[in-house]
Amino acid sequence: MFTGISIHTVFVLDQEEAIDFYVGKLGFEVVEDVDLGFMRWLTVSAPGKPDRRIHLEVPGPPSHSDETAAAVRDLLTKGALGATIFTTDDCRGTFKRLSDLGVEFTEEPTEQPYGIDCALRDPFGNHIRITQPTA
Amino acid sequence: MKSATEDQNRRLLRARDAMDRGFTRPLDVPALARIALMSPAHFSRQFRATFGETPHRYLQRRRIERACAKLRDTDASVTEIALEVGFDSLGTFSRTFTSLIGRSPTRYRAEATPLRAPVCFVKAWTRPTDAV
Repeated sequence: MFTGISIHTVFVLDQEEAIDFYVGKLGFEVVEDVDLGFMRWLTVSAPGKPDRRIHLEVPGPPSHSDETAAAVRDLLTKGALGATIFTTDDCRGTFKRLSDLGVEFTEEPTEQPYGIDCALRDPFGNHIRITQPTA
Repeated sequence: MKSATEDQNRRLLRARDAMDRGFTRPLDVPALARIALMSPAHFSRQFRATFGETPHRYLQRRRIERACAKLRDTDASVTEIALEVGFDSLGTFSRTFTSLIGRSPTRYRAEATPLRAPVCFVKAWTRPTDAV
């Protein structure tokens, strides 16, 4: 039986810029940041929740061919690589705090059947949704 | 780090996001072009090359997608919804709706059921394609 989801990849174009955004602005924590030589293994999680990590990966050789990496980067910057949803206990407060930091929102906090949520882009084009579930 | 195309993609995406946010307002190509840091004529061409449709078409699909959600989830009248999603007249709304969805707004409402998924997915996956 599976017991959970531990890590999934979010493609980024630059890991330093990704840290500035995911850690510096969103307030996530770096869980692992290891220079393996062939790659920089970089994962982040919500504060105090290292069991559920996002691997911030730069597409490129040798993992991807140049052509494949270019295709991934193209889709990423067009906003076509899907969405990630984070939960919060204060959607409106988070929206205000991140707006003041210049984060690019695509949707303001809105009441939904399942709670309150809003949406934003990371610097590269990934879509991120922030949900405050109905208590 | 970014190639010229990737940088342009990201600027066009920023303009498309602005259209998504302000979909009730009239299409303002010069304003969108400023967000994308290009001339209006270049913006319209590059938007089409990048996303496969004109800004006008994207906005229409966005508005009709929202109209579908309001028809499904609210009791507002069709006329109210037409105005709420940015159309000036019921006639233009009904024609656009029917050509994209293949059914009238009234019939769509009668046949619709609530969709249980986070809004960004509903929004992206219920955006109508070409005329049925």
